Amino acid sequence: MDDLVRRRRSVLAAWGMVTGAIMALAAVAALFLAPREGEMGEVQRLFYFHMPCAWVALGLAITCVFGFSIAYLVTRNLRYDRIAAAAAEIGVMFTTITLITGSLWAKPVWGVYWTWEPRLTTTLILWFIYVGYLLLRWVAAPGHKRARLAAVYGVVGWVDVPIVFLSIWWWRTVHPRILGSGGFAIAGSMAWVLALCLAAFTLLFVYLLVLRVRILNLSSLLAEREAQAEDEGVEK
Amino acid sequence: MRTALGLVWTIAWKDLRCELRAAGGIITMVLLGFLVVLVFSFCLESAARESASARSGILWAAFLFPGLVAVGRSFEGEKEVQCLEGLLLCPVDRSLIYLGKLLSSTILCWGSGLVVLVFFTALYNVGLGWEWPALLGIMLLLAAGLSAVGTLAAAVTVGVQARGALLSVLVLPLLVPLLVAAARCSVVLLGSEPWSGLGLWPVLMAIYDVVFVAVGIAIFEFVVE
Repeated sequence: MDDLVRRRRSVLAAWGMVTGAIMALAAVAALFLAPREGEMGEVQRLFYFHMPCAWVALGLAITCVFGFSIAYLVTRNLRYDRIAAAAAEIGVMFTTITLITGSLWAKPVWGVYWTWEPRLTTTLILWFIYVGYLLLRWVAAPGHKRARLAAVYGVVGWVDVPIVFLSIWWWRTVHPRILGSGGFAIAGSMAWVLALCLAAFTLLFVYLLVLRVRILNLSSLLAEREAQAEDEGVEK
Repeated sequence: MRTALGLVWTIAWKDLRCELRAAGGIITMVLLGFLVVLVFSFCLESAARESASARSGILWAAFLFPGLVAVGRSFEGEKEVQCLEGLLLCPVDRSLIYLGKLLSSTILCWGSGLVVLVFFTALYNVGLGWEWPALLGIMLLLAAGLSAVGTLAAAVTVGVQARGALLSVLVLPLLVPLLVAAARCSVVLLGSEPWSGLGLWPVLMAIYDVVFVAVGIAIFEFVVE
């Protein structure tokens, strides 16, 4: 048993080191190696962090919340509930970073910090859904009931996101578009840097998820042991 | 043997009868709607009040406040006198209990919305032609969607602290597609624009309602088990 724990720990440590190295490499590549974009200049480099954060928040984290919520409802294994909770926490963090880096990018490029563009608005709504999910977990007492209720909200929230995107997209096509899309053609070397950043952030997501799940597992084990000890104390 | 529809109606009618007997809840909801209309009217300049988009904003805000109260109440009474256990012991499929609660919430939301719309029509000179029933139709689609999501959220939040505020925080982000669609429709109807401007918005609302009623039927059992 101890061997297994030790081996797991060393795998996690190695994963952390590899992630750190690739993150550092991605930062150097994005800040110094990627070519300077002609129209936007240096501010375009934010894109190399903004897009991978959005990928983690809107792609990986929410899919994990949905997938592990379903897994919990089917198997009733609290481990899956803890994975969904950890993914939601990481999701909130990366959605927040996506919104902040997006606003910082939008100001010099579009002239405003915020516009009701479909992707932006959907990200903001997703932020509220993630926070609602965590709030629900926060106010309910730990255990199977909380896991069940959170899983239900996780599933409903996931179903809602594409409909939100569709409705906002329709809404904006009805209104005149004042601002440009802000898109730009990605040159070959830019694509390499972006791919490196995406890989780095994906590794980071997995690392943070495993770490957080471990903490949640340990704290639930601790609570269990404490309750057990208390019961034994009463019996004596 | 009662049909499924009969069972759904029995559960819904039980809730509606409770609401009608203790009429305080309904009166409070309607007054809340009136007050939202008034507060917005005081906050906006008279020129701004004339625009169709400002008016539709006022209408839907005045609909939403009592609507959220209505969906919140659907499980509140059950919890207070521990009727929820009794209801769950009924030898019927759990999805029928969800549909019954959904139906009673929809009727309550729509009913209070109807009274608010009458008040709103008088204050804002809404056309009494076909716009009026059309607005009521949009309101029904919104009430059904609000109840579909709200009934689930109300069941999820039974017995947790700060329930009222939490229910709104959980439901409102999910309602965004419906609100966008309802606002687009009402801008067309209140601004006397040609009805072709409605486009596919009512269809989007209907799709939203169908999707979330289906999700609710599938998942309600896990909430109340």
